[in-house]
Amino acid sequence: MKKLYFVMTALVVASLVLAACGGGAAGGDALKVGMVTDLGGIDDKSFNATAYAGVQKAIDELGVEGKYLESTQQADYAKNIQQFIDEDTDIIVTVGFLLGVDTATAAKANPETKFAIVDYAYPDCFEGQTEGQDCGSASELPNVLGLTFQIDQAGFLAGYAAAGSTQTGKVATFGGVNIPPVTAFMIGYEKGVMYYNEQNGTSVEVLGWSTEANDGSFTGNFESLDDGRSFAESFVQEGADIIMPVAGPVGLGTAAYCKESGACKVIGVDVDWTVSAPEYSDVVLTSVLKNMNVAVFEAIKAAQDGTFAGGVYVGTLANNGVGLADVNGASDELKAGLDAVRQGIIDGSIATK
Amino acid sequence: MTTTAAPAPHARNKENHRSALLQELLIPVLAVVTGLILGAIVILASGENPLRAYGALFAGSFGAPGDLIEGIQSYAATGETRLLLRAIYPITESLVTATPYIFAGLSVALGFRCGLFNIGAEGQFFIGALCSAFAGYSLTGLPMILHLPLAILAGALGGAVWGMIPGYLKARFGAHEVVNTIMMNWIAFRLSDWLLNGPMKSSGFRPVTPNVLASAEMPRFFPDPLRFNLSFFLALLAAYLVYWFLFKTTLGFEIRSVGANPDAAKYAGMNIIRNFVLVMFLAVGLAGLAGSAQVLGVDHWVGQGFSAGYGFDAIAIALLGKSHPAGVVLAALLFGLLRSGATDMQSIARIPIDIISIIQGMVIIFIAAPDIIRWLYRIRTKKAEDTVLTRGWGK
Repeated sequence: MKKLYFVMTALVVASLVLAACGGGAAGGDALKVGMVTDLGGIDDKSFNATAYAGVQKAIDELGVEGKYLESTQQADYAKNIQQFIDEDTDIIVTVGFLLGVDTATAAKANPETKFAIVDYAYPDCFEGQTEGQDCGSASELPNVLGLTFQIDQAGFLAGYAAAGSTQTGKVATFGGVNIPPVTAFMIGYEKGVMYYNEQNGTSVEVLGWSTEANDGSFTGNFESLDDGRSFAESFVQEGADIIMPVAGPVGLGTAAYCKESGACKVIGVDVDWTVSAPEYSDVVLTSVLKNMNVAVFEAIKAAQDGTFAGGVYVGTLANNGVGLADVNGASDELKAGLDAVRQGIIDGSIATK
Repeated sequence: MTTTAAPAPHARNKENHRSALLQELLIPVLAVVTGLILGAIVILASGENPLRAYGALFAGSFGAPGDLIEGIQSYAATGETRLLLRAIYPITESLVTATPYIFAGLSVALGFRCGLFNIGAEGQFFIGALCSAFAGYSLTGLPMILHLPLAILAGALGGAVWGMIPGYLKARFGAHEVVNTIMMNWIAFRLSDWLLNGPMKSSGFRPVTPNVLASAEMPRFFPDPLRFNLSFFLALLAAYLVYWFLFKTTLGFEIRSVGANPDAAKYAGMNIIRNFVLVMFLAVGLAGLAGSAQVLGVDHWVGQGFSAGYGFDAIAIALLGKSHPAGVVLAALLFGLLRSGATDMQSIARIPIDIISIIQGMVIIFIAAPDIIRWLYRIRTKKAEDTVLTRGWGK
């Protein structure tokens, strides 16, 4: 009993002493990289995890000092960014458009610190919005690099692959909410299907999205796996056999439904789902890749080389910022077709949006 | 005073009272300490250094003493406040984090006192925040002296009306509030999904509300990035009012009586239905205030990631604080320090923030099963008259 008290006291005293010494500065000259996640957490197997893979690559190959802070609520964004600023971090990577305002605010207050924000870019203010509240910055920020992706290019390939793989002549898609980062996938997807029809004289239909109407099917959230399941169920009832859910983890509900019913295949988004969700790999047709790791790595490398400049990085098929994973069970004909389309998109002869 | 004869009865009472209070405090304190020790073991098992982790946790929640000295020196020498502000940033952030915990913890504790187990604080938190945000951005042209109180009131009332539904269902139909408040949570989450994507969506493409106007923001006491604001003091005031209401008013006595023994209370002529509805109204109003304080004081807008689970942690805080307003404040401060300090721990010592959840979880287990602590530390039970925190199913 007495001993236990002693141990406890010792622990408390030791931690006080340690705290008094301060955090202790290790490191040296290595470039300091800090990444602030969005709410999904670092091991979301999607957005945050992919972005951090870029940081990890920079740690391994460039010898930078890298770490991350997880956000558990929106109030954490500013706090986590501030934490890195207080630690004199050289480049801060923020993940996701929800951090758009806090990143711009911090970037303006700390012009010496470099920032890269995934899936966002400045200026982002519309007419009538207040800078620093409704939007981040009305002008371009010299110390912020926006990492954006021309995901419609990869979505186009996915649509082409879906149209070339469907048995029922109907393919579907749905989104989390009707916002540009989501609909860009769907716009390319629809275009890709239409291109396939044009080339092959087929009449594959797209359910769940119409670029003409600028509307489609949306779950309204990025969380409910049940929604992913029920959306899949109704699409299958309408005759679709391939579904591309653009709603983060919601899509796992779709994959689960497809696996159980055997009635459909899914197209993964953001990352290769045969890797991130291997339990569903037999129902994953392919995945639309948003290679955030490539973009993040490039941003860090630029900061290391001293070539970092604000502005916008655009990930494309050409620079491997976006891509399409292998298509499950694709015929040689389809593979050849996809290669031709990819080439056409890169040289600009095929428009994807 | 100096006689060696038996002390006067009231003195002995005082003595007894003091030792009972001590015993009351001992279990939660030991539970926290034990939680920290077990947390250290978990950190050790994951191959990290627990001293380094807790050192960072301390520096991240209170601030590093060295920084503070440096800050004061720099201020005294040059009048420069930058380092000083940086030194007090951690402790102010802890208080900012503790604020919604205090409100939400009071909400659950008040329910406990009346024998109601309100699991719905998380949903009520959202409803309160949405109502406050709405009042905050839609009412234009008001001076702060009107706008801010109106926005706060909107959060409290919105939450309270939301809470009357399960209160009424319980009182009128005997529907158990645990089930109903959980269900109401889901309704609140989906309702806020819809509101954020529809009627309450800001002009940009992000599914979030517009920012509240400056006239509805809680005044902050320091320049950016320090977010310490008026709502912390409002939370303390709320704690005092709840204390006064529960222990100094007739209504509070009735509520405690209903909580302790509804049958006896009914026999004594107290109106059970009225008490249930009233308590749910007040308690959920407090949960709404938690959301209100968070949106008006810290975030200024509401998005889907608005809460880090404040409403759920509030249940733990009420238990840890033994459903007493003072206890709730202390427990909320503890949670605020832990949560806020976790940022430093994560960054400097590279310990995942999940360890904080583990520590919190273990503390709650020890509070819920105090016999473990009594056995661990060989504490003899004096008398078995623990406060009844809540009643089980049915009654």
